[in-house]
Amino acid sequence: MAHTAGVAGPMNPLKRMSAGEMTLIIAGVALFFLSILIAAKTYSAPFAFHAILFAAASAATVVAVVNRYYYRPAEAPPAEIDGKPNYNYGPIKFATLISLFWGIAGFLVGLIIALQLAFPAVNFDLPWISFGRLRPLHTSAVIFAFGGNVLLGTAFYVVQRTCRVRLAGELAPWFVILGYNFFIVIAGTGYLLGITQGKEYAEPEWYADLFLTVVWVTFFLVFLITLTRRKEPHIYVANWFYIAFIVTIAVLHIGNNAAIPVSLYSPKSYIVWAGVQDAMMQWWYGHNAVGFFLTAGFLAIMYYFVPKRAERPVYSYRLSIIHFWALIFLYMWAGPHHLHYTALPDWTQTLGMTFSIMLWMPSWGGMINGLMTLSGAWDKLRTDPVLRMLVVSIAFYGMSTFEGPLMSIKVVNSLSHYTDWTIGHVHSGALGWVGYVSFGAIYCLVPWLWNRPQLYSLRLVNWHFWVSTIGIVLYITSMWVAGILQGLMWRAYNTLGFLEYSFIETVEAMHPFYVIRALGGALFLAGALIMCWNIYRTIVMPAAEERTAVGGALAAAE
Amino acid sequence: MSTPQHQEVDAHTGTATTGHEWDGIRELNTPLPKWWLYILYATIVWSFGYFIVYPSWPLLASHTPGVLGWTSRGAVTADLQSLQVQRAPMLSALDAASFTDIAKDEKLRGFAIAQGRAAFGDNCAPCHGSGGGGSPSFPNLNDDDWLWGATVEDIRQTIAYGVRSGHEQTRVGAPMPAFGQTGMLKPAEISQVSDHVRAMAGLPTEKGYDAALGEKLFSEQCSSCHGDTGKGNIELGAPNLTDKIWLFGSDKASIADGVNRGRGSIMPAWTGRLDDTTIKALAIYVHGLGGGK
Repeated sequence: MAHTAGVAGPMNPLKRMSAGEMTLIIAGVALFFLSILIAAKTYSAPFAFHAILFAAASAATVVAVVNRYYYRPAEAPPAEIDGKPNYNYGPIKFATLISLFWGIAGFLVGLIIALQLAFPAVNFDLPWISFGRLRPLHTSAVIFAFGGNVLLGTAFYVVQRTCRVRLAGELAPWFVILGYNFFIVIAGTGYLLGITQGKEYAEPEWYADLFLTVVWVTFFLVFLITLTRRKEPHIYVANWFYIAFIVTIAVLHIGNNAAIPVSLYSPKSYIVWAGVQDAMMQWWYGHNAVGFFLTAGFLAIMYYFVPKRAERPVYSYRLSIIHFWALIFLYMWAGPHHLHYTALPDWTQTLGMTFSIMLWMPSWGGMINGLMTLSGAWDKLRTDPVLRMLVVSIAFYGMSTFEGPLMSIKVVNSLSHYTDWTIGHVHSGALGWVGYVSFGAIYCLVPWLWNRPQLYSLRLVNWHFWVSTIGIVLYITSMWVAGILQGLMWRAYNTLGFLEYSFIETVEAMHPFYVIRALGGALFLAGALIMCWNIYRTIVMPAAEERTAVGGALAAAE
Repeated sequence: MSTPQHQEVDAHTGTATTGHEWDGIRELNTPLPKWWLYILYATIVWSFGYFIVYPSWPLLASHTPGVLGWTSRGAVTADLQSLQVQRAPMLSALDAASFTDIAKDEKLRGFAIAQGRAAFGDNCAPCHGSGGGGSPSFPNLNDDDWLWGATVEDIRQTIAYGVRSGHEQTRVGAPMPAFGQTGMLKPAEISQVSDHVRAMAGLPTEKGYDAALGEKLFSEQCSSCHGDTGKGNIELGAPNLTDKIWLFGSDKASIADGVNRGRGSIMPAWTGRLDDTTIKALAIYVHGLGGGK
């Protein structure tokens, strides 16, 4: 049937295979045979399983690319239609929907491990769902799978819209999105089967790391080439933050994962860094993953979606420049505050701590710019729960970026380190800031991408907002109390000079707080499920043009 | 920032924009908030002060030491020393006193119990439970049933050298042989002798139990360690089988399992890991848990 369109068939003499198609076919074939070889020769069943997944994915890629070539028209899609940019939304739609899937999975696993901490019997003595394997599954699912897809999707959306140009490449953006999600599958199944290099937030083994590097460099090229083709004279601030995020994550990923595999047929590798240097590299990576993945990336989202939703100009261009460069410069130094009072030399600890303190105002620059953009539109918080979610995310960002420098101070850290206070701090940033700014962006993005007049229901957004806000408050307050209690119990001496509590007594004391935390997590998950239902109903609504009359009536009733 | 013809003022704030627009988004050219800038400066000044006072910048072979000369190693040493100074008078008194003297001196005994309790929580609780309640194969320390002696000196010796620990002074006793596995008793005989053990403890027996046969097997195989009446033998670490206290469980399957595979639990020697005074204090604490004689 494709042959009926004159230009679409394979017979068209003008049709040439694009460089992208050629590259993917050759790389796909090569990876297919390499994977089969590894699957045949490895001693490790989980690694063979992964090699088979790689082989299947390569085969599917080759088939899909050849098939596409056969049926596609000779010319690439036009960059413009009627003088308007022909934006490429397909990969963005996929990233948005899969982020919801990973989000629910990650929140659910988080809830399970919260319950395991309160009630250890919940691990059912099954190795695959023991805390040690599910914990990296939870962190990777929420940070890299949920957060990562939100970042990839919004980056592709924002760079097109603010440059007024179609995304560079046709297959490359799909390779980035699908390749990234394939990496997530390899990472997640690896954790459950016991494959890990044991570095926090960098658990995947060498072969997954290498594959991610290829995906990430492609991401960088797609973003950068789109940017160079822009029709705007200047680069919008959100794009600075996206570039900082992409470049820095590449550097961190390669630096922290420098490893030598035992052999091509072994999933195990050894990191080239040793001892305290390895610890230093790990937390240089770890803290900058917070700084450039969870902060710079999501600030980019804030800089586009908040002014867009509030329909107000960004508060201060000057502040955006100063806080951007201050943030980029200072974050790089802060990692050692994760290693206070360890074998890390004192001078390194000092630098980590002081740069964390100096980071306070640069972080708050983003908060000020986000909140003050609401100036002239504060009334919208009453009527628009999506904007409310975005604004509350900025408030949580401000709170966490005050709490962070506070906890980096050595005397405070001597109380807070290794306690649940850290967990509470992380989750006020993760649930409040990253979660809410992502939810807000998704609520904006879905009607725009699918061309729907508005969301299915703002009342449901309101429910999502309140249910998950109560969840977050329960989570972080219980962890504050638990953490400070833990820290005080660990250091308590009686009048005779002996420790007042044994370690196990401090564990017993945590139980009620762990129960409250699990309840908070359950509420946060419930809120996200409400969102999924709302998004589903929005996508199945008729498109905007077809329902202008009805849409108008609904809008008035809202 | 922008040329006059670009000049455009936001009606609500009265602030000029930068004149650019991206997908409908404009930016105001608001100056940096003063309070923000001053706090940023303050944190920088404070950091530079901190650099002067504490070890901070790397040099070629070393690093700037800071004017206070502070090091984290030094701070920990000082903390530990002050703790030692605080404990020293009582510790040396405890060290010097005999168990009999300590029992008479309320203050010294209180100190020993505080020290023993702290040491117990972090060293003994993983096996014996945080209250010393024990669990299967780890003895309950609250009752008056003692495998290796109930006096405070017996307990001290068990803690110091352990049970089958490999230490040269360890308690070894007579580990219970694997009667079934070595063929000394047949399965039917194990069943009879297990029922007999339950009968001695006043527990119900199964159908088919032959009291005469059970008693015969017991006196042939078991009585040399556990005694004719099953009261046990502290010298050998052989438990009393007639009471209600069971280390591995009182059900017939657990008893038969012990007879079949043998028993011989291990406790590590703590001398060398804990100092002598701490072991002394632990002995006093454990002795005081309830069952010491």
